[in-house]
Amino acid sequence: MTRPADDLLLEVRDLHVDYPLRGGLLQRRRGTIKALNGVSLSLRRGEIYGLVGESGCGKTTLGRALVGLAPQAGGEITFDGVRLPADGRRDRFARKIQLIFQDPYASLHPRKPVRELVGEGLLINGLASADEVDGRSLAMLERVGLNAEHLYRYAHEFSGGQRQRIALARALVLHPQLIVLDEPTSALDVSVQAQTLNLLKELRRELGLTYLFISHDLGVVRYMSQRMAVMYLGHIVEEGETETIFERPQHPYTRSLLASLPSIRHRKQRHKAALQGDPPTPIDPPPGCPFAGRCPKTQPICREQNPALAPAVGDPAGGGRDHRVACYFPDLPGEG
Amino acid sequence: MATASPPLLAVEDLQIRFHTLRGVVHALDGVSFEIARGESIGLVGETGCGKSITARAILRLVDPPGRITAGSIRFEGTELLTLDRRAMRTIRGQKISMIMQEPKVSLNPVMRIGRQVAETLLIHDRSLSHRQAEAKARDMLGSVSIPDPARMAQRYPHELSGGMAQRVMIAMMLVTRPRLLIADEPTSALDVTIQAQILDLMTDLIAEIGSSVLMISHDLAVVAETCDRVIVMYAGTVVESGTVDAVLDEPSHPYTRGLLNTLPDQVDPDRPLQSIPGNVPSLLAPPVGCRFAPRCPEAGPRCRRETPAAYDVGAGHVAACFLHADGGVA
Ligand SMILES: Nc1ncnc2c1ncn2[C@@H]1O[C@H](COP(=O)(O)OP(=O)(O)OP(=O)(O)O)[C@@H](O)[C@H]1O
Ligand SMILES: Nc1ncnc2c1ncn2[C@@H]1O[C@H](COP(=O)(O)OP(=O)(O)OP(=O)(O)O)[C@@H](O)[C@H]1O
Ligand code: SF4
Ligand code: SF4
Ligand SMILES: [Mg+2]
Ligand SMILES: [Mg+2]
Repeated sequence: MTRPADDLLLEVRDLHVDYPLRGGLLQRRRGTIKALNGVSLSLRRGEIYGLVGESGCGKTTLGRALVGLAPQAGGEITFDGVRLPADGRRDRFARKIQLIFQDPYASLHPRKPVRELVGEGLLINGLASADEVDGRSLAMLERVGLNAEHLYRYAHEFSGGQRQRIALARALVLHPQLIVLDEPTSALDVSVQAQTLNLLKELRRELGLTYLFISHDLGVVRYMSQRMAVMYLGHIVEEGETETIFERPQHPYTRSLLASLPSIRHRKQRHKAALQGDPPTPIDPPPGCPFAGRCPKTQPICREQNPALAPAVGDPAGGGRDHRVACYFPDLPGEG
Repeated sequence: MATASPPLLAVEDLQIRFHTLRGVVHALDGVSFEIARGESIGLVGETGCGKSITARAILRLVDPPGRITAGSIRFEGTELLTLDRRAMRTIRGQKISMIMQEPKVSLNPVMRIGRQVAETLLIHDRSLSHRQAEAKARDMLGSVSIPDPARMAQRYPHELSGGMAQRVMIAMMLVTRPRLLIADEPTSALDVTIQAQILDLMTDLIAEIGSSVLMISHDLAVVAETCDRVIVMYAGTVVESGTVDAVLDEPSHPYTRGLLNTLPDQVDPDRPLQSIPGNVPSLLAPPVGCRFAPRCPEAGPRCRRETPAAYDVGAGHVAACFLHADGGVA
């Protein structure tokens, strides 16, 4: 399905997020954590965009930056045609971008009944009058598979899957356009994960939502997303249509990541550990390609200058028009 | 592969109860399985189904309020459940080792890791001097792919990444050369590229030592890649077991089938994922008969009356389900 380019809901350009690294008795600044080091991506209206990468690569930071919860050190974020202020004062947009966390246990206030958890946003944002609130909340709870009997119960009385549904209802009553789902099913059992993923897909279709879907589970991202990006150490190293990334990855990191994945269908075919070493920390990273320290193909130039995320070339099958790779020596299909 | 000699480990009819304020938790009921010498077995199932408690029972590490209330666990022919504490400690130290999900919890937080490996060496070989043990410990760290072992040996556990700490645990295992290695979610806290490294390392060392393995994981794919056989648990019972190929290609218990169908890597993106209706039952009052009956699409009246035994469905492949019994579910 092709859409006109102006159908972009979100455009992120060269986004930087730095955290100070403090240490010692006086908590002096000892360095900078480059949590996001020049991230660019765009989300089209109505799509599910997957974001994968190893622990600490900056996925959550990107999600938080979109709702103004991470210190933006550079770059710009454009949402629905309007540039968001970099200082995090996003009141006008707060409602339109909602964040759902991994851990439904931690994200819901323990002393508020469901009725209040779901309804309070409506009141705060002036979206409903006091006598409309319960009706609207209930309608949304029913939409996510809960019912009136749940209105006066507290979060701790629900299972993980049910809590995630409450968190969704709480976000959805505000009629957001974009939902950042940060590992929404990682804390759930597989049988419950399936129900939640199905629900997320249905809701997107019915309500015309756009998702940024963060996960470390590549199987889930492949099932959920149309397009996706692979992050490494604060950078996006590859981006494209999900099937292209899985079938014809070009970045050496993406290829190692996929090769490392155990699989039920292709069992005992996993390559011998594709990648040596641990991911480096994003503390004062050296110049050059973020993957240079672990990449089997590193050349001197890789350590000098960071390769830009540029359209993928050389794929005879046609890499998909959105396929972009940040590497001087990408693995072309058919190689290795 | 099954051998003619008696199995290394035989667990029979194991039953574990937790006496809590809210009532008695029927955590395990009638759990039986065997592990042959040199064989690796995966134990899979959703959270709370009893994987860890089964592993801890083998090491007699079930703490109150938990209690082993029935059953037998024989290791190399010896009954472990009645063994005296000293003999049990020897087995724990020398014949059965355990690697856990959070290796840092099992490491001593205030001792440098080189020293920890050296101490383990000293316990096993009294003829070593301290200096020799420390040198050998550095070699062992190198052999589990820890870079710059001399420098890393000086670090404390909290200064290691999860993958490095897991390597240290594997180095310790290499010291003890156990007959049975129990690994409880050894890679669940790690990133996939690190998981691949650890699984390779474990597989190679296990082949070298010839240990048997009980690998616990909630990730079927990890078990599929590393084990010969698999045991599927549900709500404190074993529902199916057999070779990895048999169980994954021809799942015979409705729960195993349901579990495989829910996995996203099994379906095309345009079809909704199948899910298992309902929730895992409370083990305070588990369902009478088959514990899966309230969620099973194929349940019949017999399933709510009787508890299914393990019925043969193929060579070494059994399923605890009346669909495979004479008379069926009626
Ligand atoms: N508030 C903070 N202060 C200091 N450093 C931070 C803060 N939040 C994140 N970081 C650092 O920024 C980097 C990116 O973290 P982030 O949480 O975005 O990673 P992630 O990709 O979401 O990882 P995971 O998969 O483990 O959730 C990490 O090195 C992290 O330690
Ligand atoms: N201290 C305890 N008190 C009461 N019940 C307990 C206790 N410890 C464990 N249980 C019960 O024993 C059952 C088995 O727990 P176990 O830890 O073996 O599950 P598991 O399969 O390892 O799950 P996970 O995948 O979450 O690690 C659970 O239902 C749990 O509720
Ligand atoms: S730019 Fe160089 S170091 Fe980076 S991924 Fe490509 S080949 Fe490897
Ligand atoms: S015994 Fe009956 S309820 Fe249990 S799994 Fe088989 S068919 Fe289903
Ligand atoms: Mg995160
Ligand atoms: Mg466990």
